[in-house]
Parts: sequence; C-alpha cells; structure tokens
Amino acid sequence: MSDATGWRGRLLSDTPRSRREARLGQAYRAWLQFRRNRLAVLGLLIVLMLVLVAAFAPWIAPHDPYVQDLSRRLLPPGTAGHLLGTDEFGRDILSRLIYGARVTLYIVVLVAVIAAPIGLLVGTAAGYLGGWVDATLMRITDVFLAFPSLILALAFVAALGPGIENAVIAIALTSWPPYARIARAETLTIRNSDYIAAARLQGAGTGRILIGHVVPLCVSSLVVRVTLDMAGIILTAAGLGFLGLGAQPPMAEWGAMVSSGRRYILDQWWVATIPGLAIFVVSLAFNLLGDGLRDVLDPRKS
Amino acid sequence: MTAPMVAVRDLVVTFGRGAAAVQAVRGVSIDVAPGESFGLVGESGSGKSTVLRVLAGLNQAWTGVATLGGLRPSGRDRRLTRLAQMVFQDPYGSLHPRHTVDRTLSEPLAIHRIPDADARVDRALREVGLGPSFRFRYPHQLSGGQRQRVAIARALMLEPKVLLLDEPTSALDVSVQAEILNLLRRLREAQGFTMILVSHNLAVVAHMCDRLAVMNRGRIVEEMSVDTLRREAPAEAYTRQLLLASKGYDREVAARMVTYD
Amino acid sequence: MTPLLQVEDLRVTFPTPNGPFHAVRGVSFSLGRERVGIVGESGSGKSLTGRAILRLLAPSARLEARRLAFDGIDLLAASPRTLRGIRGRRISLVMQDPKYSLNPVMRVGDQIAEAARVHGGISSREARRKALGMLESVRIRDPERVARLYPHEVSGGMGQRIMIAMMLVPEPDLLIADEPTSALDVTVQMQVLAILDEQVAQRGMGLILISHDLDLVSTFCDRVLVMYGGRVLEERRASELAAATHPYTRGLLSSMPRIGETRSELPTLQRDPSWLEGGA
Repeated sequence: MSDATGWRGRLLSDTPRSRREARLGQAYRAWLQFRRNRLAVLGLLIVLMLVLVAAFAPWIAPHDPYVQDLSRRLLPPGTAGHLLGTDEFGRDILSRLIYGARVTLYIVVLVAVIAAPIGLLVGTAAGYLGGWVDATLMRITDVFLAFPSLILALAFVAALGPGIENAVIAIALTSWPPYARIARAETLTIRNSDYIAAARLQGAGTGRILIGHVVPLCVSSLVVRVTLDMAGIILTAAGLGFLGLGAQPPMAEWGAMVSSGRRYILDQWWVATIPGLAIFVVSLAFNLLGDGLRDVLDPRKS
Repeated sequence: MTAPMVAVRDLVVTFGRGAAAVQAVRGVSIDVAPGESFGLVGESGSGKSTVLRVLAGLNQAWTGVATLGGLRPSGRDRRLTRLAQMVFQDPYGSLHPRHTVDRTLSEPLAIHRIPDADARVDRALREVGLGPSFRFRYPHQLSGGQRQRVAIARALMLEPKVLLLDEPTSALDVSVQAEILNLLRRLREAQGFTMILVSHNLAVVAHMCDRLAVMNRGRIVEEMSVDTLRREAPAEAYTRQLLLASKGYDREVAARMVTYD
Repeated sequence: MTPLLQVEDLRVTFPTPNGPFHAVRGVSFSLGRERVGIVGESGSGKSLTGRAILRLLAPSARLEARRLAFDGIDLLAASPRTLRGIRGRRISLVMQDPKYSLNPVMRVGDQIAEAARVHGGISSREARRKALGMLESVRIRDPERVARLYPHEVSGGMGQRIMIAMMLVPEPDLLIADEPTSALDVTVQMQVLAILDEQVAQRGMGLILISHDLDLVSTFCDRVLVMYGGRVLEERRASELAAATHPYTRGLLSSMPRIGETRSELPTLQRDPSWLEGGA
C-alpha cells in the first residue's frame, strides 16, 4: 500500500487509535469538505498570500517604503522600477502596499484575539448562569452594541490619542458584543441538553462545564463570525486611518494611503485606488473564507 | 426490613409560576429496596421522567421527601454523584458531539480524581460490549445502540449504587433494544446496583423489573409486582387499559378507550 | 380488476461521496383497496418507498422502476402537472409528527380548508364547511373551537387527527401513512388508528401503513411487507405473521420482550450479510 493511501486511510478510518489521530482525522475530513468550495479556497489562498507577504515584506518589497524622493513623485504604474507607481512623496506604492499588509494583519489578528475571547466568555457565562448575571452582562453588551462601531472607535481614539495600538483597542472594544450575543444564543440552546445534565450529574463544576463543554460548541459559529467580521475590521481600521486617527504617517497603512491619495484622485488615480483595491480584495477574501468555514463548521445539520 | 435505597414521600413537583403553574407530580410515594429493579410506567405527561430527574438532582423545584441512600438529591453533593447516575433517553443527545468516547468516559474519573483512567476506560468499554477500537470515535461515528452503550458505560464509570434510566431503549430499533436490555441485565447481575427504569413500554418493564408503579397525570395509579403484570391481573382500570393498548390494535378495545384524569 | 397501486422493482439511489447508495433495491408489491403494512427498522428504506410512490424524493435521488402505476396511470412517465393532480387529491401522505408537518403560523381550520379548496376547486365557504365536517369525523369534539387554534396549541394526538383530517378532506383513493402514531402515547395511538380504520372502511380507500412497530402493523393491516436494507424480505398475511419463515422476521419477532413471558436473555438478532445481497 502506497504512502499516500496509508496516512490518508488512517486519518479517514473509523477507528482512530489515539486522541490525536481522532482530532487530526476530523480536521482532515473538514479540510476535504472545505476544499470542495472553490471560492472559499480562493479566499484562503489570498489570506495566506497576505500572511506570506507580510512575513517576508523586507525581502519582497523592491524599495524602502519610507524613503522619499520628491523628484520621482506621482509616477504612474508601469514606470520602470515602480510597478504600481509612486505616491505624492515619491515613495514606491508597491513597497508601501507590502509593508501595509503587515499593519493590516497586525490590526486584524489583534482585534480578533482580544475581542473574540471576551465575547465568548461573556456570552457563555451569561447564557449558562442566567438570572442576574445574564441580565447584567447583556445590558453591558447592549450598551456597547448601541454605538455604531466607527463612532465609538473614534471616541476612544480621540480620548486615548491617535496611533495604531489605540485604534486596535478601540476596534476591539466595539467588536466583542456581537460575539457575546452569538455565544449566549448557542449556550442557551445547549444548556438543557442531556450531555450537560450528565456532566452536572457527574459532579462537574460550572467552570469545567463552561470551558470543557459549552465553549467547544460555540467556537465554530464564533470562528465563522470573526472571519466574516475581518472585512469590517479592515474597513474600520482603514476608516480610522483615513481620518488620520489610526496609523500615523509615515506608517504605510492602506486606509491612510487612500486618505492621503484623495487629493490626486482625478489625475493620479493610482495613489488612492491601488490601496483601495487591496482593501477590497482582502476583505472579499476574508468573506469568502468565512462563508466556506461556515459551511464546514456550522452546516445546519438536523 | 432493610432501609430502602431510594425513598420518596409525597413528592410534588411544580413547573412554572403563578397562574401558569403546573403540577407535574402530585404527591408520589415510592420505596425501592437495595438491589431491586423498579419500573415507573406511564404515558407522556404522567410525571415519570420528572420523578427520575428529581432523584437525579436535575430538578430542584419540589417539595416532599426524596432520599437516595439517605442523601437528599441536591445537584451539588459530590457524594451523590458517586451514589446515583443516569442514562438518558435520546442517544443522539446524551453524548457531547465534540468529545471522543475516551473523553466522555474519562471525564467523571478526572472530576473525582480517580487514578488509573486508561485501564478503567478500557474495561468499561469492554463491559458494555464495545472494543478498544471505539475508544477514540466521535458520537456521529457511532450508531444509536453504540451511543447508548457508551452512555451506560459513562453512568457506570463511578460505580454508582443506583442507576436511573429514562426510557433507555425508546429511541432504538427493536433488535438493538434487545441487545441493550440484555446488557443492562448482565451488568446488574454483575454489579448489583439498584435500578429505576422509566418507560412507557410495559413489555420492557415486565422484562427488566421486579416491581413497578403505574403513573398517570402526576399520580401513582397502582403499584404491583412484575408477577401481577405478567399474569395481566392489574387492579386498576387505567392499568388494564394500558395493558390492552400495548398488545396492538383491536377495534373493540380502541372503541372502549377512555381518557382518565 | 386493476389493482390500485402497482409497484414493480422500485429502486431509489442516492449519490454520495463514496459512490451511489442504493436505499431501495427492487421493491415490488401491489395494492388493492386493502391495508398493507410496510415494516422495517431504521435504514430499511420503508419511508423512502412511501415517498417514492408519490415521487416526493429529494432532487438528488434517482428513482427507477419497471412499473409504478396508480389506478392505471404510469407515475414514472407522468408530467409534473399530472403528479400535482394526484398528490393530495388521489394519494395522500400522513407523516409522523404533526409538529413538523402542520404549518405553525396558520390556524388549523384554515389549513384543512385550504387543502379542501386546492384539491376540490370549491368556494371558501364550502371549504370551511368541509373542514369542520372533517374535524368532526376524526372525533374532535367542538370542531369550531379547535379550528381556530394554532398547531402548537393542540396536543400530539389531536395534532395527528388534524393531520389526518387535512389529508382525507380531498377524499383520496390511497392513503400512505408514514409512522403516523409513533410520536403518540399508546392509548392515543389506538384512538388515532381507530379513526384511520373507520375512514378506510367508510371510504373504501387503500392504505399503506409504514411503521417500525411489528405488533401494530400485524394487528392493524391485512398484509405485511418486511423490509431490510432496501429490500422486501418477506410478505405475509398479517394474521399469519407468527408463522413467518425469513430468519430476519423470526429474529425480530423473538427479540421483542413480551409481557407474559419470563425469558431472562432476549435472543438478539444475528444479522446475516446475505440479507443485504440481491436486488441491486
């Protein structure tokens, strides 16, 4: 039997021999199903490319993103040495785009890593414990939900001062409430299931039930929601950057690039449009990825 | 006369509040001797599952007396978890969908810090007729009968003295039901636990239990030994009707069906 | 006399990632104005057989048969229009749980009236009258009050009787009942079956009762078909079921606990893989 069928056969087998094999088997099956959705795979590839570009930026970028050359400002795309042209300070747009990928990734990952666990904990605790805990936590969530995210982010950044870290905090603070809602809704559906009752009967405490039983069931819908939200997060960060409240110059953040390119939009369209296209492509990629993940993780089995 | 393992007196369970309050159990009294197999029979809404859930400590809204091995079911007493465990009705809902069989079975051991989990899980699987190849499967990779075996194994991991079963075979095919009933019988003979079996199926109860109580609308209609049931000599009209109905369709019997309150 | 329903070599196949799955493999039977029971465990293909007759399968399913005819009409070659005319009007389907088969946002009386109107082409007032009449014939006291209720406001047994009323109001020739009483208590089961009994006798309908309950089917029906793995393993007159010859049927019969007996071990069914062969 060849190697390929060997490990694949083991992963797909109905009788896994260890915890790790069982988990890997599940993951492999999920991957096979995911793979069938071509748009989702496209989204995944673009996201992976984003990660690679960000990781290898210093080696990929043809120029330094911060070096200005006023004699070579506003050159159109296709000029020798500047594939995507230069901006108003003569900086290579392609290089700034590549370094901007780092900033985008930084923002998106940090927001996800901060907002999702907060939302998860708040939502599951509220859903499982009920009573006044539920009421209090949900009212707090409602307060945060009541503000449009960009406005709240603006307020925080205005209070904390501009800068990319503060932008991340601000966006994270506005992103967690929907996750709490989702987690709570999921928790409410499973709270009365027999397996939770069985765990309680065995003497499991609230903490063990929440972390070991409830959270694993909420994670998939949360992952889907977070991925779909990435697009929104990128846009909010771009919006903040556009308003000058996110990344500060000379940092190459895509939103800030669009903002500063506004003045030249009629004659030198590429300065604003190209970073705008990058934002669009990456947001779309996250959306496609999220849709694909949802089909795999949350397939509405009945 | 030995003290009963399970004692229930004047149990009243109410659901809801105020005007919408409904009494699911209206004054039930039962005694189950240690090692006995006791059946609770009734149709839906009779309150039989509610009584079981009270005994398991899953329902706290009751008044009256209820003790298992002298302890009051409170849902928080660790001693109770080593005393009584439950097997639920729906095999498709009683196992956590993201936990492997191994995780499901070793969890009670982890909670009570019982050592030697590996060997115990292996042994438990063998005792319910599943080999080690099932150990790392997920519930969706198991059939209904296999899931119910895992549920039984889970209930027996802590070696309880009382096993509560809520319609354990209702959701299973007839052929699988026979296997599970045989398994339960064998385990009971080997381990000697007290068993309380809730079912709507008189034949299952007749097969598995020593004594039974028939419930209707929250009250006990009558209690009898399994002999009385087998001789089809119940005292109450409701039980007689239930017996007749369980034999399959008959035009005259159907015409004479009465709703008892 | 043409039988009401003729099924010859019915096959239903589903495409799966692991190749085609033959859910029904060559089922044949005919039905006059009598009651036939199809018994099987889960996965035997009995429900699919019932739905295949009505051509109510999922679009991905492939249906083949040498002959599938209702009252002489070839159901395989029938146009969608013909089929729509047959479904509900001449062949009705009663399903298991009224919770899932009654429209939750329509009043019960309106649903029955709609069924009467759609299949009868009669006026609304006439349909309303018929609906109330049907509710009475399924032994619902106070039909006026019940007609105004929503499905979630009625008990399981009443919901099932309403479902039967809805399915019988167009006065079909054949009723297919797929586990019509499995979700009900045993005493309610008897009452619902009595209603089916009455309706079938009064209207001279054919009835196909699909169930996993061998006792029920053998006491209610005239003939019994035992299905396993997509095939009919045995066909018998209901009264002669105890004399069944196929090891599967015998195995099923002996593995059921019975009140009068005192066996300590129930004989378990030994599945013979050869039962799955043939047909496909």
